[in-house]
Amino acid sequence: MSRARADEEEYWHSSKFRAFTFDDEDDELSQLKESKRAVNSLRDIVDDDDDDLERVSWSGEPVGSISWSIKETASSSSSSLESRDSSLQKGSSSYAAFPKQVSSYSLSSLFKGELCLSLSALSDTGAKNYAPELRRPKAEYKDYSSDWSPKDTVKRMQRGKVCSLERFRSLQDKLMLLDEAVAGHDGNVITAVILMCFTHLYLSLLPVEILFRELEVRQVALCHLIHFLKETGEQKLLLDLLRLCFFSLSLQLSQYREHLNIQDVEKRREFLKGCIGLPFSAEDTSHIQDHYTLLERQIIIEANDRHLEAAGQSEIFRKYPRKASILNMPLVTTLFYSCFYHYTEAEGTFSSPTNLKKTFKIPDKQYVLTALAARAKLRAWDDVDALFTTKNWLGYTKKKAPIGFHRVVEILQKNNAPVQVLQEYVRLVEDVETRLNLATKYKCHDVVIETYRDLKDRIQLTAYKCKVERGSAEEEKINSILSNMVRNTSS
Amino acid sequence: MAAHLSSGRVNLTALREAGRRELREFLDKCAGSKAIVWDEYLTGPFGLIAQYSLLKEHEVEKMFTLKPGRLPQADVKNIIFFVRPKLELMDIITDNVLREDRGRSPQRDFHILFVPRRSLLCEQWLKEQGVLGSFIHRDQYSLDLIPFDGDLLSMESESAFKECYLESDQTSLYHAAKGLMTLQALYGTIPQIFGKGECARHVANMMIRMKREFPGSQNSIFPVFDTLLLLDRNVDLLTPLATQLTYEGLIDEIYGIQNTYVKLPPEKFAPKKQGEGGKDLPTEPKKLQLNSAEELYAEIRDKNFNAVGSVLSKRAKIISAAFEERHHAKTVGEIKQFVSQLPHMQAARSSLANHTSIAELIKDITTSEDFFDNLTVEQEFMSGIDTDKVNNYIEDCIAQKHPLIKILRLVCLQSVCNSGLKQKVLDYYKREILQTYGYEHILTLNNLEKAGLLKPQTSSRNNYPTIRKTLRLWMDDVNEQNPNDISYVYSGYAPLSVRLAQLLARPGWRSIEEVLKMLPGPHFEERQQLPTGLQKKRQHGENRVTLVFFLGGVTYAEIAALRFLSQMEDGGTEYVIATTKLINGTSWIKSLMEKLEPAPF
Repeated sequence: MSRARADEEEYWHSSKFRAFTFDDEDDELSQLKESKRAVNSLRDIVDDDDDDLERVSWSGEPVGSISWSIKETASSSSSSLESRDSSLQKGSSSYAAFPKQVSSYSLSSLFKGELCLSLSALSDTGAKNYAPELRRPKAEYKDYSSDWSPKDTVKRMQRGKVCSLERFRSLQDKLMLLDEAVAGHDGNVITAVILMCFTHLYLSLLPVEILFRELEVRQVALCHLIHFLKETGEQKLLLDLLRLCFFSLSLQLSQYREHLNIQDVEKRREFLKGCIGLPFSAEDTSHIQDHYTLLERQIIIEANDRHLEAAGQSEIFRKYPRKASILNMPLVTTLFYSCFYHYTEAEGTFSSPTNLKKTFKIPDKQYVLTALAARAKLRAWDDVDALFTTKNWLGYTKKKAPIGFHRVVEILQKNNAPVQVLQEYVRLVEDVETRLNLATKYKCHDVVIETYRDLKDRIQLTAYKCKVERGSAEEEKINSILSNMVRNTSS
Repeated sequence: MAAHLSSGRVNLTALREAGRRELREFLDKCAGSKAIVWDEYLTGPFGLIAQYSLLKEHEVEKMFTLKPGRLPQADVKNIIFFVRPKLELMDIITDNVLREDRGRSPQRDFHILFVPRRSLLCEQWLKEQGVLGSFIHRDQYSLDLIPFDGDLLSMESESAFKECYLESDQTSLYHAAKGLMTLQALYGTIPQIFGKGECARHVANMMIRMKREFPGSQNSIFPVFDTLLLLDRNVDLLTPLATQLTYEGLIDEIYGIQNTYVKLPPEKFAPKKQGEGGKDLPTEPKKLQLNSAEELYAEIRDKNFNAVGSVLSKRAKIISAAFEERHHAKTVGEIKQFVSQLPHMQAARSSLANHTSIAELIKDITTSEDFFDNLTVEQEFMSGIDTDKVNNYIEDCIAQKHPLIKILRLVCLQSVCNSGLKQKVLDYYKREILQTYGYEHILTLNNLEKAGLLKPQTSSRNNYPTIRKTLRLWMDDVNEQNPNDISYVYSGYAPLSVRLAQLLARPGWRSIEEVLKMLPGPHFEERQQLPTGLQKKRQHGENRVTLVFFLGGVTYAEIAALRFLSQMEDGGTEYVIATTKLINGTSWIKSLMEKLEPAPF
């Protein structure tokens, strides 16, 4: 009996009492805390190890679910799951490589008099590959019938049944079939039909202009073909098609996109150079031009800096070895790099920050932010100072920051600037409230004290005394200001 | 296992049952012991249809993930590939089949099950590789609409929006129409179809056509759904861009919910026993299933996050009181009764523990300065403040190199709320983004322009304020604790899509003709004839059931808003939701981004 009472006592103390003390914190948070405490306190009396309603493995997967079982059954076999990620990657890369065998027969080669030569090749691979059931002997299928209407054919194809597309011989027939497929909205069927048209019409030596004219008015079908060629990596065929169709929708960008597949930087640069001439919109052209110029710069800088670093004579590279190459980095990253390693260089050199700023018309704000971050990282406080100092024509200096001094303070603080440096900029923050906040947050005592002095706020100043060290210079300063204020007000 | 599916107005267990039956039939076609090789993407959706136990009953002994190389040495008669019809997967399968040891005995039979549809191209590809003949059964499993909850169906087709709007590939719409036909076969013909948008029109056309083409499909089931509402995602591009503020919405925004499961950082879910803790904190993420089967979750999932804390604390009190009961249990009978309730109480306690931890995790983020700043800017845009000039916060975020997706979400939101950006503003943002994140993102920006998310203002007129006022998209006096309007799900913004659904039910779209014309795509109404015997005589006070199909994706906050409408006392309509994919702003923008090769180092 007495033991039970002890238990009860313990429960009273451990659960009920503790669970529902209301502290006067923000009630939202305390509500959460409260329910958490309640939950925790209940743990002692509930032993829920054995009889969980549903068995759940630690990862939360209910035991018996499919993905859990895959791991379970697979781990008992010899295959190891660790290699899964890498092998899947391998799978996708091998996918990218597969259709290359077809790509040697480009459209343009078909038009340049090599038609006869490549015809047989195309009919061997291209047609058979993508136009299903194109040349199967009729006898192969039990349910083969030669008089399916276009509609029925599409319907059968949608259901995944085998059909012969051979009977659709004339252009008219093919186009009817294509229209029927488009109306059915099943991309699978549309692609199959269009590929059949596409390859078959070449075989019939029909003027291609006619086919393309027909495709042009069938945008959906055309999009499917383009998408298919994109997916299978048929870049050349794709561009030829787009060019021949005078189909400007995505030609330029498709071509530009191709640069991503070029690993060699020199080749990539050459390729981008070629893209500049494409008829982009004015805005896009300037971006692509910038992209090219940037890569060109990066190649020069990279070659130069790699050499410098290897030679080991430049102090900055010895002290801060480069973590990665600058090739293919965004512009702002490149600017940071150049502010870090090449800050003092004359404007004439390609790697100087001012040169980058001019060439790419980098806005002042962006430039100052980046330069500040780079110089602060190197703890080059003089450079930071110079960044915000302007001289007027009389020779007076003035501090100005296009980004606002509160941002300057934040960035300096992130780079662990010493208080002396920090407070110089905190002092420059114009808005009094922001200045006080920042000064208090980063313990720039002088600034706080001076601000309160200027505000003639005795109460705050007195209150601040407890925030500074006893017997410190700051405390003394506060005391003297306070006594001064008294004198001033009493006089 | 699937009790939560039958909790709603429409019993979706029937749909799940149909799926299971089809699966069993296929498995039985391949007699003998089996191993399944899974396209990994499919395991999540399949998990909502069947557990391993069902497969086991049909002699599935092993399961593997699809990957190149030699198949594991499992002693089974059949190897079945469960795959999506993708060419890259066909390559892996080919590799598997070609490496199979022909000398082994007994030989293993190969089969292939395409989900959701057989593909001529894939089969042709297998044929070219000379392996098509190795497959004894080639079949398709139409997993179109998967039941996620008692009122929620999804096709989990990740790229549906991208395919429809960037690639003009409407295959997903074809599958949607197929899924709706299956649904009608199980739950009766839906007499009324409304729609808004180009894709909606296509789906409705296909449904009508399919019905005409299979006259035998005329069924004699009493219709469960009164109305189908088809909505294009591009009619409402705004909603997914805003940060969802419901509990479930925030879980998805922050951690991402996949097939009803969420993976959470393990720290808050430390081992239960004291003394054990400290040493071996779990490092693997904690995985939890989230659906209405969990009583507490069903109660809080759709609440504004600010209203979740009080529910949790109330629950804590109730549970504590329930455990307290044991002190009053004096007689054996009372003790017995207490004990019999224990399992239920324990489940409730552990559910409370989990959600308290999740709420704490979310709280850490929602109370952060950056979350607040971001939300402030979003709300300014949505209420029409300063949408026509370069925004300082966005500029700052770019300067600090915040994640690109976050920037794109905000810029797109601004563009949508201003019916396009002034050319000068758009050019400025583009330049900043390209200079900071790399010029290659010009491809992504181009995709966003094509999808209409980012565009220059073409006419001098900005339609958004008119739309906002007419549809009351911005509500200043929002009540998060006891909401009286759907705008609570975004703390002020009422999702446009759901407003359209609400206005359709009452007073009808005729009242907003003008606004409907400003939104892209046609709006329409179709009727499907029912045999006289099946026409419904509505009982007084009986609610109508409307199926809202979001073509191109739906967010959890929109679902919450529709559930709120279902529960309104005088609402008169209950909603079931279907979609091509459950999305949030981040996953949505990601699906539209150009896949860039990883940097070479």
